[in-house]
Amino acid sequence: MDLLLRNAHLVDPSLGLDATGMDVEILGGVITRIGKSLQSSAEVCDLNGAVVAPGFFDMHVHLREPGQEYKETIATGLTAAAAGGFTGICCMPNTEPSISDPFVVSYIKERAAGHLVDLVICGTMTKGRKGEELAPMAALVDAGVKMISDDGGAVRSAEVMRRVFEYAKMFDLLVTQHCEEHSMTAGAAMNEGHTSTKLGIPGWPAVAEDIIVARDILLAEYVGNVRYHAAHLSTKGSVRLVREAKGRGATVSCEVTPHHFMLTDQAVEKHGTMAKMNPPLRAEDDINAIIEGLQDGTIDCIATDHAPHAMHEKETDIVSASFGIIGLETAIPIGLTYLVKPGHLSLSQYIEKCSINPRKALKLPAVQIKEKERANLTIFDPHKTWRFEESDIRSKSKNTPFVGEEFTGKVIGTINNDHAYWSN
Amino acid sequence: MTVSARKRLQPQPPSANGRVFSSSDRRDLLTIEALPAETIIGLLDRSDEYLKSLIATGPFQKSKLLEGRTIVNLFFENSTRTRTSFELAERRLGGDAVTISPAASSLTKGESILDTVHVLEAMKVDAFVVRHSASGVPAFLAKHLPPHVHVINAGDGAHEHPTQALLDAAELRAALGNLRGKRIAIVGDITHSRVARSNMWLLKKLGVHVTLVGPETLLPPSVGEVFGVAVSHNIESVLAESDAIIALRIQLERQSRGLFPSIEEYRERYGLTIQRLARTRAIILHPGPVNVGIELDHEIASHDRSFMLRQVKRGVAVRMAVLEWIFSN
Ligand SMILES: [Zn+2]
Repeated sequence: MDLLLRNAHLVDPSLGLDATGMDVEILGGVITRIGKSLQSSAEVCDLNGAVVAPGFFDMHVHLREPGQEYKETIATGLTAAAAGGFTGICCMPNTEPSISDPFVVSYIKERAAGHLVDLVICGTMTKGRKGEELAPMAALVDAGVKMISDDGGAVRSAEVMRRVFEYAKMFDLLVTQHCEEHSMTAGAAMNEGHTSTKLGIPGWPAVAEDIIVARDILLAEYVGNVRYHAAHLSTKGSVRLVREAKGRGATVSCEVTPHHFMLTDQAVEKHGTMAKMNPPLRAEDDINAIIEGLQDGTIDCIATDHAPHAMHEKETDIVSASFGIIGLETAIPIGLTYLVKPGHLSLSQYIEKCSINPRKALKLPAVQIKEKERANLTIFDPHKTWRFEESDIRSKSKNTPFVGEEFTGKVIGTINNDHAYWSN
Repeated sequence: MTVSARKRLQPQPPSANGRVFSSSDRRDLLTIEALPAETIIGLLDRSDEYLKSLIATGPFQKSKLLEGRTIVNLFFENSTRTRTSFELAERRLGGDAVTISPAASSLTKGESILDTVHVLEAMKVDAFVVRHSASGVPAFLAKHLPPHVHVINAGDGAHEHPTQALLDAAELRAALGNLRGKRIAIVGDITHSRVARSNMWLLKKLGVHVTLVGPETLLPPSVGEVFGVAVSHNIESVLAESDAIIALRIQLERQSRGLFPSIEEYRERYGLTIQRLARTRAIILHPGPVNVGIELDHEIASHDRSFMLRQVKRGVAVRMAVLEWIFSN
């Protein structure tokens, strides 16, 4: 693939690069020249000043294959990722069967081969995500797994969790937890707070997340030299716990989802089951704490927790409806509209959370915008105002509360692995 | 219907647009929260009229108001009292009433709630009366039904039970007169009670001072702030001041879930005993069925300040008033 990107706003925080009016020549998928007013035989693509950033990476995506292909397949999920501005994603292991076995890892790798989007695989921490016996981590690592988690639920036993940390430490494997103290959340369908009190819906209290974040940080510190990553944090309590742990020098990282800094639990009144997530949407002061955490570096990454579900699994009562929403194709518009536009994060801080830090947490090779590097780029217009419509969705599922939502900031395209994807 | 009553029963302007938990351009009864005080008073007035005809001896003169209308009572959760009350109200107004309990029905095997409702709607149904164990189901169905198919909430999860609140208010008003400034206590498991929530909305709209009484473990977080009511942990504190006490049914399985230590301790602190009745002038309401000897002493049921049977009779009158209002476009 040969391309000349004309008039780009290049932003690469890892290089301290922030330059407008730049041209980038890509020949055979490799960046060959960066400069002003370049002449090239390659096809010219005028970006009219749009931002070109190192390719975005989403650490928390549910692809549903194998086992639930009616919700999403690897192919449709990766296409949604490319359309949403991601050149790499990490898929979570709660498939059927779960990613507790190296054969499942190879199956997924085979299905993802040759795509624009790089697929990194998260294995389970325990066999079949049952929270009882350790998953075969050595075999999973050999098969290429970069992270482990029983996502969808937390490991309940502190004893099992201690052994997970100890065993994972031998492979320098990133340990990720979905932080939920299950004894406090049975039957819960939304955040416990004013809105759950008003609507009479069983509540999922913030402290049930904080407890597991605190437990895991303590265990990780006790075991020592282990990398812990708290998935999709949603409460002010967990932000404080991670901040304190980092202050003590603990090797802790964490992520938040776009919906957790955009919406409060009041969205349940407007969107019903489309606002049912796990962890649930929280309160205004949780959002404020998340924004502070993003600003001061407590929160390293933004990840979508893309969770496709068929319509019949959402169009039902709030107690039996499935948790989660698709997120790949709205993540960047939400980030630009709710973090960058109001000035909570600079463009370069935002790009760090979406591109640099996820790869750092996973110890993946860095992606940079410089000559001789492979072109791995996310291109977006941070100022374009537009309305997200159902027809925009490339994911196989359409479970999102954001249809009809107006955003400032739109993805233009992604370039990686010698492919380009132009979102329209 | 009198001219003034008709005026009060005019359609209300749409409120919260496009919300899942309420409806706008439709005529439904989904919540008391969304019902303006004038509409509530209009419904209470009409229920007074219907009550007169229910009290009169001799055969009931069936009305033709709902002639040709088919109403399906869709009870995903069972309730003999509410179901029967709706059926009688529908038939006495001349409508055709069908009751379906999907759990026990082959109609719904493997079907979602929405499938069930669409199948029934295809048979030409004018209104659904819906009872479900999850909050929000009647509003969810209303959102998916055409505007000429009405939905009446007969109790959704711990959210609302609008007709219960209306019938309670109608009896309270009949006994106490204008409710503005009156003091009413609601005692028991507030967390899991749709009756409590609908009552709080309604009584606040009519200017009542409401106090919730229950153990901390059965009061949802911030409930005082959310509903603008007072909260107490001991029934003794409200006996002297209350004009009425609404006792709620305590679900006995809450004890095994660790929400209160024992039936004995619950009765000790929250039960309306005959001794406590002597220390209050309040009238006593209970949505039923009563756990006799727990929420209320056996002797209270037949006491002249006990309103349980009047509530049942009023239930039919209120549901007739609601049906009249629903179809009065
Ligand atoms: Zn999760």
